[in-house]
Amino acid sequence: MSPKAEWIGGQQADLVIANVQVVDPREGLNSVHDLVVSRGRITEITAPGAGKLDGAQVIDATGRLAMPAFTDPHVHFRTPGQEHKETISTGTAAAAAGGYCLVLAMPNTTPAVDNPELLRGVLARASEEAVIPMGQMGAITKGLSGSELTEMSGMADAGAAGFTDDGMPVADAGVLRRAFRYQEAVNGVLALHEEDHALSMGASLNEGSVSARLGLRGQPGVAESTMILRDLELADLEGSKIHIQHVSTAGSVRAIRDAKARGVQVTAEASPHHLLLSDEACSTLDSRAKMNPPLRSEDDRLAVIEGLLDGTLSCIATDHAPHALDEKEQPFEEAPFGTTGLETAFSAVFDGLVEPGVLALETAVERMTGGCEVFGFPAPRIKEGEAANIVLFDPSDEWVVGDDGWESMSANSCFAGRSLKGRVATTIVEGVVVFDRGGLK
Amino acid sequence: MKHLISVSDLGREGIERLLDRASTFSSVAEREIQKVPALRGRLIVNLFYEASTRTTSSFELAAKRLSADVISVRSSGSSVEKGESLKDTIATLDAYEPAAIVVRHPRAGAAGLVAKWTDASVINAGDGARAHPTQALLDVHTLRSRFESLDGMNIWIVGDIAHSRVARSTAAAFRLMSAKVTLCGPPTLLPPGIGQALGCEVRYDLVGMEKADVIYSLRMQHERMAGGDVPSLREYTQMYGITPERLSPHQLVMHPGPVNRGVELDGAVVDSPQCLMSEQVAAGVDVRMAVLYELLAGERSQRIEDVAAA
Repeated sequence: MSPKAEWIGGQQADLVIANVQVVDPREGLNSVHDLVVSRGRITEITAPGAGKLDGAQVIDATGRLAMPAFTDPHVHFRTPGQEHKETISTGTAAAAAGGYCLVLAMPNTTPAVDNPELLRGVLARASEEAVIPMGQMGAITKGLSGSELTEMSGMADAGAAGFTDDGMPVADAGVLRRAFRYQEAVNGVLALHEEDHALSMGASLNEGSVSARLGLRGQPGVAESTMILRDLELADLEGSKIHIQHVSTAGSVRAIRDAKARGVQVTAEASPHHLLLSDEACSTLDSRAKMNPPLRSEDDRLAVIEGLLDGTLSCIATDHAPHALDEKEQPFEEAPFGTTGLETAFSAVFDGLVEPGVLALETAVERMTGGCEVFGFPAPRIKEGEAANIVLFDPSDEWVVGDDGWESMSANSCFAGRSLKGRVATTIVEGVVVFDRGGLK
Repeated sequence: MKHLISVSDLGREGIERLLDRASTFSSVAEREIQKVPALRGRLIVNLFYEASTRTTSSFELAAKRLSADVISVRSSGSSVEKGESLKDTIATLDAYEPAAIVVRHPRAGAAGLVAKWTDASVINAGDGARAHPTQALLDVHTLRSRFESLDGMNIWIVGDIAHSRVARSTAAAFRLMSAKVTLCGPPTLLPPGIGQALGCEVRYDLVGMEKADVIYSLRMQHERMAGGDVPSLREYTQMYGITPERLSPHQLVMHPGPVNRGVELDGAVVDSPQCLMSEQVAAGVDVRMAVLYELLAGERSQRIEDVAAA
C-alpha cells in the first residue's frame, strides 16, 4: 500500500512561536520553548526567548499548548453524492479548525467509493479543495453490500489508505474471511464497523432503562461485542491487521484487550462522544445524540475510558458525521445516525477528561495523533527537522458549543449547549497556517 | 401549563387538579344540550398519523362539548402521504391559528417536536410506544371514581409492555398516585430495564396476581407473532389470558381497548361487571374536556384580562 493524502497546500509561513508549552510525549517534551518554523519544517526548538529567525512572524504563545497536530482515521465528508451535508472543502476546514493535519474519509458515499476510478477521483478533488491533507478509504465490498469483494489492489494503487464498509458490518463471516485473505496481496488494513444487525435490529439507541422508558427498541451492547469477537478470531486466523472502529461497549473493550494480549494485530478507536456521553443524553429524544454505535450505559462509557487509558483503544477518532438540519429535525427514529465531531473533539476530551485528571495530557496527545499510523501515516512529531504539523491550543478559552460558528456545513453536534474549556487557536500543516482564531494577529 | 406531552409534566397535584375538573364535566353529558360554551370560537386540530377510532372520537367529542371548532387531519390521503415532513405539516396547520393541536404519531418524541414548532398548545395523543398521557389520566380517573385514593393499591399491568405507550403512561400515572404496579408478560415483550425505568415490579407469570386489586390488560397485537416475540396466541392466552377462573370476585379489570376477545381477555370477563371498559370510555371524554379546558380556557381568560386592561 502507498496511501495518499491530498490537499491544496498553501503559502508556508516563517514563524517563531514563542514561550509555548510544547507537549509531545513521543519526543518526551512537556516544557516551555520557542518553536522556529521555516519552509514547512520545524527548524529549531529552543529555550524560551531564544528562538530567532530573520523575517519571521513572532507569535507570543504564552499560556498556550503546542502539540503535534491531530490525525483522524474516521470522518465522513459525503463526497460524492451528499454534498448538501458536507463537502471536502467544508469538512477539511472543520478539521483544520479542530487542530487536525490529516483525516481519512470513509467510503459510504453515494455511490460508495468501491472502485479505483472513483477513489482516484475523490483524491483528485481533494488536491483541488482540501484545506488539510485528506486520505480516502475504499470499500471492502461492492456497494457496501457485504457480498462481493472490491478491487482492493486497484484502489491500493490509486492511493487508498485502507478498506472499510463503515456504516455497515460485513455480516457474512465467509466474505470477511475472504477479504482478510485477499487484501494480504496489498498488505492493507481492514477497518470494521462491528454490528450484528440480527441483534441491533436497526434500533436508534442503546438498549437499557433509557430505551425502555422511551418505548424505543434498543441495540444491546452484544450486537457490537459478539461481532468483534468473531472478527478478531478471523483476523487471528489469517494473521491480518484489524482496525476496530468506534468501540462503544465494555464487552468490546474486553474482547480487544484479550486479543491484543495474545498477539492479534488489532488497533481500535474511541470516539469523543462515547468517552463523554451516556445514553442518558438520548432521554430528551434530541436527535443530535443519535449515532451508530449509540451512546451506551455509564458502565460502558467508563470501560471505554479505561480502554483508552491502557492503550486497548489506540486512538481517538471522531466519526464526524454531518447531516443537514432538516434531516435531523425529525422524530428520533427517523433522523439519521451521526454527530459532527472534528471541531469539538479535543476541546471535549480536554474539558471532560484531561482537566478533571482522568486522562493525562500526554496520553490524550498520543491518542489524538496516532490514529492513522496503522494506515501508513506516521504520527506527526514536534522535532527539529520534522514537517511543521502543529496545533496551538488555548486551554483557558471557554466556549459554548452552539448552533452557529461552524466551519462544517452541518451543526449536528451532540455537545450542543455544553460549555467547554479550551479551544484550538491555530493549526499549522507543513508550515502553512490552515486555521487561526486570531492568535496570529 | 401550555402542553401535555407526558404525565410527568403534571405530577400528582396536576393529575388531581385535572381529574377534579373532569368530575365537574361529567354532568355535561346528562344535560339536554350536551355542551358548555367554554371554548367557543377556538380551533382544535386533531392530527392523527395513526388510525384510532377511540381516541379521535373521544377528543372530537370533548372539543365539541366545550363548543370548540374541530378539524381532523389524517395522514392517509393528505399531504403527509405525499412525503411532507412533520415540521412542514405543522407550519401549514399553524397558519390556521389553532388553539390546540392534538397529535398522534407512530414515533416517540413526535409530540414534543410539534410543541417546539407551533404556538398552539400541544396534546400528545400517543407518540410511538412512549406516552399516551390522556389514556393514563382517564385510567386514574376511572379508579378515582370508585375509590377514595390509589395509595397502596396493587395493580398488575399484563401483556405486551414493550410496544405499549399505554403501559408506560398508565404505569407512570399509577406510580405518581402511589399505587404499587407490577408489569407482567412474556419476557420477550418486557424490554430489559423496564422495571427500573418505571419503578415497577416485573413478573413473567401470573403468580401473585391473586393479590392484585386491579388487573390492567393490554391488547395483544397479531403482528407480534410475525415478529417472533411469542410463538402463538394460543400459548399467550394459556399463560397470560385473563379468564373467569383466574379472577376473584373482588378484582377489577381494565383494558384500553380495542379488546381481542378470547386472547388477552376472556369474553366472559369483558362482559362481567368487574370489567371497567365502558367506564374508561366515558371517563375519556370528561378527562379530555378537562385537559382542553386546563390548557386553553385559563389562557383565554388571561388574554381577555390583558385586552381589558389595555
